Amino acid sequence: MTPRWRGRPDQTPDSHLFPTRPYDLVKEFVVAVAVLGVLTIGLAAVLSSPDHKAVSLQSWAVAAPADVVATATAELAGTSTSAGYGAPYNKASSGQQLGPLPLQRWGGVRIPVDSARDLVLEPLSSVTGDAGLSAALAQWNNAGADQRTGWASSYADALAAAPDGDPAQVKAGDYGPVPTLADRFLTLARSGGLEGLLTSAKTFYGSDETKPLLLLTDGAYLESQARADHLGGDQWGMMNETNNYPGQPWMWLYTFWYQIPPFSSSGNADALVWGLMAVLTLGFILIPWLPGLRSLPKYLGVHRLIWRAGATTAAR
Amino acid sequence: MLNRDRQQGSWTVGLRERLSRTVPPGQVLPDRQPAYVASWIYVFGVATLAAFLWIIASGTVLVLKGATWWHTSSIGHFVNSTHLWSVELFFFCMVVHLWGKFFMAAWRGRRGLTWATGAVAFIGSIGTAFTGYLSQTNFDSQWIAGQAKDGLNSVGVGAEFNVLNTGQMLLWHVMLLPLVVGVLIVLHVILVRRHGVVPPIDAELPAAPPLDAPLREPVAQREPLAPAQPDGRAGTPARPDRVTT
Repeated sequence: MTPRWRGRPDQTPDSHLFPTRPYDLVKEFVVAVAVLGVLTIGLAAVLSSPDHKAVSLQSWAVAAPADVVATATAELAGTSTSAGYGAPYNKASSGQQLGPLPLQRWGGVRIPVDSARDLVLEPLSSVTGDAGLSAALAQWNNAGADQRTGWASSYADALAAAPDGDPAQVKAGDYGPVPTLADRFLTLARSGGLEGLLTSAKTFYGSDETKPLLLLTDGAYLESQARADHLGGDQWGMMNETNNYPGQPWMWLYTFWYQIPPFSSSGNADALVWGLMAVLTLGFILIPWLPGLRSLPKYLGVHRLIWRAGATTAAR
Repeated sequence: MLNRDRQQGSWTVGLRERLSRTVPPGQVLPDRQPAYVASWIYVFGVATLAAFLWIIASGTVLVLKGATWWHTSSIGHFVNSTHLWSVELFFFCMVVHLWGKFFMAAWRGRRGLTWATGAVAFIGSIGTAFTGYLSQTNFDSQWIAGQAKDGLNSVGVGAEFNVLNTGQMLLWHVMLLPLVVGVLIVLHVILVRRHGVVPPIDAELPAAPPLDAPLREPVAQREPLAPAQPDGRAGTPARPDRVTT
């Protein structure tokens, strides 16, 4: 099939028919490597790079103990983000849809996570020598699902009503073993042992941080730290870096959609943005074959800044 | 007879001839370019390649020393800084190169695949850089992973590409994606060398020379890759005295 340009067959001349001049490609490449090396090393020496230390579960517990208690309680109540997430972690919700397509649900539960059991109860079950904790775990395990949810939900409400969410200032109520479980969870996090229990309890080599990151993102502390560093989702966060370093500015278009309606207010924002970006990306790759778009540069005229008038006539 | 048998049966000869058809001798590293190749915009392609080399070099040092070395060593931090800035320069050069090629409509003259391989390499580079940010093992990694998982999960691929799994992301970053981007870059450069630098948009179509017209200089062999003309005529033989790109 003959390629077409501006509605007619592609009349681009053979580049070999034009007058030539000497051009040293190897020299150009070597000079480019040298210049880019100087720029790279110079920028690294002058500007360095950011390294904001990771938030450990221990540092979280020390800095925001009330948030750890509230998060553990939400996991037990089944009201945390991860507990109600849907695929790939559980079936608690149908997840996001792209129009009529439930892509998230179609992905399936491939990384099963029971937030109450995996993020809170199993780590607590590994603690020994604490009779109060053992009794609380036994009480929890022997209760029915509704009873457990009732205790945890009541305690979550009480925490939310307490000044600064302080567990010590929670009003008395029927919370079952939940206050004890949440308190011991805080103690475990403070000890520094919680990360290992979430990543390498079943394997010596823990290189998968799925569970501790789900726990951390269920809390409010990580986001508060991120927002303070202009990394929030509505702050163009995905393309920013900590401090004032350039992050991933090449992701500006992806991040842009999250800042404007309908994406900024949609419960399916992620699926919609990904769907839109998939279409735009495909269009970007296929520009040479898209009528109209492939002719656009001709009319924009920017090419006249690149090619001077004398260069547009092929040799005869 | 022997020669024909050898050519028909030899995989080596077949491969050599295939490679020669892809990028004919003289096209791989020509020492001349069309006169219209005279703008600073042309240096951004090779500058992108140069930045890519610095990314690989600094990344190799980080690989040799381990994923968390740069947190505890001042030298490691400096190497990480060179990795970061070489990536920033790589994308800067690549984006300028990309826009330049867009404004040139550089896909003309059967160069669509050249554009497509470059575009896919750009997208692959974004993925590679993204996994790098996930592999920093610091606060930025934690936050980006927590945010990015929602996008990937929303379209059902979060389990295959689990951004919360640092081990998986690190391997994608240091092995799989650089390999893919590297192969795409090689293909892109081969296509550039095969087709030559796209002529100006307003360049006039040269008239086909008469078949008995003398060439400027005696030649031993005609250029095998001259493209067919739009009207369906046989391709105008490129003249070896002008085979430059």
